[in-house]
Amino acid sequence: METILLLVSTETDGSLAVPAFEAAGAAASLAAALPGSQFLAGLVGATVQPGADQIAACGASRFLAVSGPDFESSRYVSDAAAAEALTREARATIVVAPATSRWNRCLPGVAQRVNGRVDTHVTGVSVTGGGIGVSRWYYRQRMEAVLQRATRPWFLLTDPGSQPPWQGTPGTATVHPLTVTLPPGGARTRVTGVKEPAADAQTIRPDAGLLFVAGAGWTKKQADGQTHVPEAEQLIREFLKLTRASLGSSKSLVDLGGEGQAVLSFLTHLNQVGQTGSTPRHPKGLSTCCHGEEPHTVGWRFIGERRAISLDPNCGWARGKADVLYVTDAFAVLRHANALLQKTNTFGLLVSPR
Amino acid sequence: MNNAYQIVVCGGIVPDPLQTLEPVTGPAGPALKNEMMLPAVLDPWASHALYEAAHLARQAPGTKVFLVSLAPKAKLQQVLMTVGQKAPFELVALDGPAGGFTEPFETAAALADAIRAIPGLDPARLLVFGGWESACRGAGATLQMLGERLGIVDQFQGVDELQLGADGAFTILERIDGGKHQVSLCAGPPAVLGWATGNLPEPKNNPQVGMANMRAIMPALQKAKPAPLPAEGVVFASVTLPKQQRATRIVKDQSPETIAAEIVSWIRQ
Repeated sequence: METILLLVSTETDGSLAVPAFEAAGAAASLAAALPGSQFLAGLVGATVQPGADQIAACGASRFLAVSGPDFESSRYVSDAAAAEALTREARATIVVAPATSRWNRCLPGVAQRVNGRVDTHVTGVSVTGGGIGVSRWYYRQRMEAVLQRATRPWFLLTDPGSQPPWQGTPGTATVHPLTVTLPPGGARTRVTGVKEPAADAQTIRPDAGLLFVAGAGWTKKQADGQTHVPEAEQLIREFLKLTRASLGSSKSLVDLGGEGQAVLSFLTHLNQVGQTGSTPRHPKGLSTCCHGEEPHTVGWRFIGERRAISLDPNCGWARGKADVLYVTDAFAVLRHANALLQKTNTFGLLVSPR
Repeated sequence: MNNAYQIVVCGGIVPDPLQTLEPVTGPAGPALKNEMMLPAVLDPWASHALYEAAHLARQAPGTKVFLVSLAPKAKLQQVLMTVGQKAPFELVALDGPAGGFTEPFETAAALADAIRAIPGLDPARLLVFGGWESACRGAGATLQMLGERLGIVDQFQGVDELQLGADGAFTILERIDGGKHQVSLCAGPPAVLGWATGNLPEPKNNPQVGMANMRAIMPALQKAKPAPLPAEGVVFASVTLPKQQRATRIVKDQSPETIAAEIVSWIRQ
């Protein structure tokens, strides 16, 4: 009989973010598919009651928590201590948590402490014949495996966006607090802040409805034999401002900067998608001036509807990977698209985020 | 203040990203078709960790960099012909599988044993570097388990920057959700840092560094201890390539205005 522990962290106001609800959905579904299993919830944060109340009706029979100022920041030493205490108190055999940077950082270490095993970036959890199977991708999203494990506890970190979120009415949860004392030296690391791009900066936006991918073609010579990097920057910035799209770029474009070539100044490695970048999840994706074969196209493995603009009708990035390939000049298309968006936005038809 | 560190960079090898990969099932579980024939590279994120280690070593005189690698040693030797020219390091090699279907728990155990066996290692000055994920398993789990085995509880993942303070403390930038960086202040070693891409370009090949490294690399490879990773307790029900090939509608001979209107309409749906 499995004992399932949902492990989530609260935001600064004590509430839960979307990935926590997704993990709650996965944990609740797993508990429902395993008759006789126990289902508990564990929360970590400065304050936890608001978050516990949000998922009061998720089916968990007990709500455990580690809370206090020491547990507000996302920090290995305190998060690991809290997660270990919750796992031991719950006697959990399965721990389900969202694959956020906070839990990705510490839960493998916690699995080590309790002699368990961990699978991160889980994209599917299923029960077949009483056995639990999880899906995850290998080789940078190039092949998908379904695996089962005999060792317990088994930590499952579900990728944000991969699971339907738990939906239910908030209630009042009775939270059982645990006291966790940080080990000596626990204060050696102090979180001093968060650096985030300015609100209007061109960056990745995980909650955006559209991923815009800028390829190296933007910096290459155009039909007139000249490069037009400043104009490319202006067009892309304008498009992103009007659509609030998330900005991705191919590795080649990011690397050009390191090689001293002309680049789009606002792109960093944080924007990189693909084999050595991220594989974001967005409902729609528009790639522009991208080139490359399969290893590069993994960057939009998890993009729903895909369209591409390229001058090459046989481009490996687009053909067979995109739903629509526009064989044309991206500069001209974006110029017109920006004008149209400007016009429609003037009438209040803003592009909605998902 | 002693600012010299002992930096252990953990890095495996992965198939060259430009290779076509196909899963097969072997007697020991899933593997890649012609795995031993595929050209390999040092894992991209581990490479960044190595470059950052070399950069830190230049800032802190007396610092020594070790590269601990668990891989089939014949393949590792090929990869090191190039990697050895990038930065000075001392190799500690373990002869074992390097594929994506190995277990981080077992890999961490083998790496911890190898690190503990490094002569003269001072745990108080130890920095364990590696990639925050690998390009094969992509789990981002091994370093944390390794850190636990070495008793290190100051751990950072998705690191893009490490600044050394005058008092020996580090300011560390970690990637967190939403395209942001978390800034932390760590009192100093020991610590585990799983690097994302960092900010450094790939160093150019330096034949002199390569020659110096190779003198020690070959003996280290010869001394490589076997590290079988049996992947106990895990069963792969399937390993498949994604099949979805989209029927791409190719739009040619349309004006940019028409295409722009179609795209805007699609975005707004």
